[in-house]
Amino acid sequence: MNFGHLDLNTVWFALVGVLFTGYVILDGFDLGVGVLHLFVARRDEERRVFLNAIGPVWDGNEVWLVTGGGALFAAFPMVYATVFSGFYLAFMGLLCALIFRAVAIEFRSKHPSPRWRTLWDRSFALGSLGSTLLIGVAMGNIAWGVPIDARGEFAGTFLGLLHPYALLMGATTVALFAMHGAIYLALKTEGELQARVRARINPLIIAFILCYVLLTLATLLYVPHVTEAFRREPWFFALVVPVVLAIANIPREVNRGHEFFAFLSSCAAMAGLMAIFGVGNYPYLVYSQPLPEHSLTAFNAASSPKTLAIMLTIALIGLPVVLAYSVSIYWIFRGKVRLDKMSY
Amino acid sequence: MEILTLSRLQFAFTISFHYLYPPLSIGLGVLLVATEALWLKTKNPLFHQMARFWTKVFALIFAIGVATGIVMEFEFGTNWATYSRYVGDVFGSALAAEGIFAFFLESGFLAVLLFGWDKIGPKMHFFATCMVALGAHFSAIWIVVANSWMQTPAGFHIVGDSLHARAEITDFWAMVFNPSSMERLSHTIVGAWQAGAWLMVSISAWYLLRKQHRAFALASIKIGLALSLTASVLTLVTGDRSASGVARNQPAKFAALEGLWETGQHAPLHLVGWVNERAETTRGIAMPGLLSWLAYGDTAKAVSGLHDTPKDERPPVNITFQFFHLMVGIGFAMIALALWASWALWRGTLANSRTLLWLLVISVLGPQIANQAGWWTAEVGRQPWIVYKLLRTSQGLSAVVHANQIVASMIMFTLVYLLLFAAFIFLLNEKIRHGPDETDLQPSGKLALGFKGAKGGGL
Repeated sequence: MNFGHLDLNTVWFALVGVLFTGYVILDGFDLGVGVLHLFVARRDEERRVFLNAIGPVWDGNEVWLVTGGGALFAAFPMVYATVFSGFYLAFMGLLCALIFRAVAIEFRSKHPSPRWRTLWDRSFALGSLGSTLLIGVAMGNIAWGVPIDARGEFAGTFLGLLHPYALLMGATTVALFAMHGAIYLALKTEGELQARVRARINPLIIAFILCYVLLTLATLLYVPHVTEAFRREPWFFALVVPVVLAIANIPREVNRGHEFFAFLSSCAAMAGLMAIFGVGNYPYLVYSQPLPEHSLTAFNAASSPKTLAIMLTIALIGLPVVLAYSVSIYWIFRGKVRLDKMSY
Repeated sequence: MEILTLSRLQFAFTISFHYLYPPLSIGLGVLLVATEALWLKTKNPLFHQMARFWTKVFALIFAIGVATGIVMEFEFGTNWATYSRYVGDVFGSALAAEGIFAFFLESGFLAVLLFGWDKIGPKMHFFATCMVALGAHFSAIWIVVANSWMQTPAGFHIVGDSLHARAEITDFWAMVFNPSSMERLSHTIVGAWQAGAWLMVSISAWYLLRKQHRAFALASIKIGLALSLTASVLTLVTGDRSASGVARNQPAKFAALEGLWETGQHAPLHLVGWVNERAETTRGIAMPGLLSWLAYGDTAKAVSGLHDTPKDERPPVNITFQFFHLMVGIGFAMIALALWASWALWRGTLANSRTLLWLLVISVLGPQIANQAGWWTAEVGRQPWIVYKLLRTSQGLSAVVHANQIVASMIMFTLVYLLLFAAFIFLLNEKIRHGPDETDLQPSGKLALGFKGAKGGGL
C-alpha cells in the first residue's frame, strides 16, 4: 500500500505506543488482581473467584506484550536490540516472573492439596508483583534516560537501572495496576468478597495519586527533556485534564454501584497516562544521558520506509479484526464469576 | 566458556523446550476441529465427551507453549542484538504479522473454546475451535517463513557497511515466498500434525491396554490414526521436497546431511554411518546413486561435496549427519507403525494385540524426537551462518552482554524449565488417570439445545 507523504516514523511511534497502551490497560488489571491476590482473597474459593475473573482473558492480554515487542522489533530494531540486550538481567527477571505467573494460574487449581495451592498462590502473587514492578522500572529508565555509546549500545550497568526515579515509577505502576485490578474485581465479584474489594479501591487511588504527584514533581525537577516537550507544546497539558477527571470519576461510580463505568474510567485514565508519557518523550524512544546526541529516536532507529509501510498495511487489516473479536470475547464472558467444572 | 557457545546453548535449550509444545497444539487443534465437527454432524454425545477431554489436554499444552514462547521473542533482542539490528527490517514484519494474525486469534478464541461451553451455542463453539486451530497454523507460518529467510534470504538488499550493515526489504512477497519457505513450512506442519495425532493415539492405546473407557478410546484412536497415517505419508513427501530444496539452495548443508566429501556422480545415501571430520571420511552402509536421485531425481547426476565449500564455511558434519538420519529413520518407522495399526484396526484385532498397543503407547515420543532432530539438522546445518552467506552466527551476538549474565540466565531457565516440565508431566498424568468425564455424555447448558433427542451409542 502507498501512504504518500505520511510521516510513517511518527505513525509507528504512535502505533507501538497504542500496542503497549493496550497491554498496560488489559494485562494491567490482571497483573493488579495478582498483586491483590494474597491480601484480599483469603479462602480457597475466593482465590478461585479471583483467578477465574481473569481466567478467560489473561492469556490474550499478554499477547499485547508479545505483539508490542514484535512491533518494536520490526519498526525500531535498533531500540529493540539496544534495550533488550542492555536491560539483560531485568528482562530475564521479567521473563521468570511472567512464566511463573502463567504457570501458577494454570496449575494452582488442578490439584486439591492445600500446600500445592499455597505454593502456586504465592507464585502468582509474586510473579504479578515482580512483572509490574519491572515494567514500571523499565519505563522509568526510558523516561529518565540511560547511557548510550556512539555505536548505539547500552553503556550502563544493571544496578545503574535501579535509581530512585525508576523505582518511584515502579511503585507508581504497582499502585496503578492494583487500583485497576481492584476495580475490575469489583465488576466480577459479588456479596461479601465484593464489599472487601470495594473497600480497597479508595486507598489504592490515594496511593496512586501520591506516587504520581511525587513522580510528576521529580520529572519537572530532574527530567528536563520531558519538561521541555511540555514547554514547547503547552497544549500537551490538555491531556492532563481528562486523566484527572477520569480518576476523580472512579470513586463516584463505585459509590453509585456502577462498577462498569468505574472500570471504563480507569481504562481511560491509563490511556491518558500513556499518552502523556508518549508525547513527553517524543521523538525519543531511548533518551541518552549524559550524551543526548546518542539518543535513539523514531527517526534514527527505525526500519526502512518500505517496511514501515508494509507493517502499517498489516496493522490496518489486522487490528480492526483483533479489536472486533476481542470485544466480542469480553462480551461473552461479561457478568459475575460463576465457578463450574471448567474453572481454574 | 565463551559468550558465543553460551548464547547458542541457551537458545538451543530454550527453543528445543518450547518446540515440544506448539507442534502438539497444531496437531491436536486439527483433531479438535475433526471431533467437534463429527459431534455437530452425528449428534453422538461420545464425540462431545471426546472434544471435552482433548480440549483439556490441549489447554495444558497451550499454556506452556505461550509461557515458553515469550522467552523466544525476548531472546532475539537480549542475546542476539547485532543479529536483530541486521534482520529487523525483514524479520520484524513477519514477527509482527505473527502477533497480529496468529497469537491474538489463538489466545482470544481459546478462551471461548475452554470456558465458553455453556455460554454460547454449539455452532459458535465450533467456530471458536476452528479459529484456535487456524491461529496455531498461522503462528507456524510466520515463524517458519522468518526462519526460512535465514536459510535462503530473498527480497532484500544490504544497506550500510561493516557495523552498520543491515538487510532492508525490497519485495515483501519475495521474502515470504523465499526459495525454501513453502517446502519447509509444509514439512513442519505435517510433522506437527504427527505430534498431536500420535499423542491422541498413545493415550487411547493406554486406555485400551488398561481396558478402560473402551468406546472413548476406540473412537479416539480411529481419528488419531487417520491423521497419523495421512501425516506420516505426507511427511515423507514434504521431506523429499525439502531435501531436494536443500540440495539446490544450501549445497554445504546437503553434503553434510550425508557426510559427502567429494563431488561426484552416483552419490551414495547412507542407512547408518559415522563421519570422521578430521580425516574427512564417512563410513557406513551406503546405497550408491540414491543421494543423486534424492537431490535431482537422477542417479547419475553429480552432487556437490564438502570439499567444494571453504573449510570455514562448513557446518559441523557429523552432528548434522546423525540428526538427519535419526529424523529420517523415525519418519519411516512412523509410517510403518501407522500402516500396521490401521490394518489391525480395520481387521478389528487392534484392541487385543498387546505388542502393538504398547508400541502405540510409546509412539508419542517418535514425532517429538524426529521434530527436534529435524530442527537441529536445519539449524546446525546452516552453521557457521546465522543468515546464510550474509551474517555469521559469531557476528550476531549482543555486544554488551557478559558471559556471567548468560550463565545466570541459563541457570534460571534450567531450573524453571525443569520445574515446568515436572509439573506438566504430573498434570498430564492426572488428566490421563482421571480420564474422560462420564457426565460429558450428557451435554448441558446451551450445548444441550438441539441435541435433546440424541441417544448415546457406540461407534
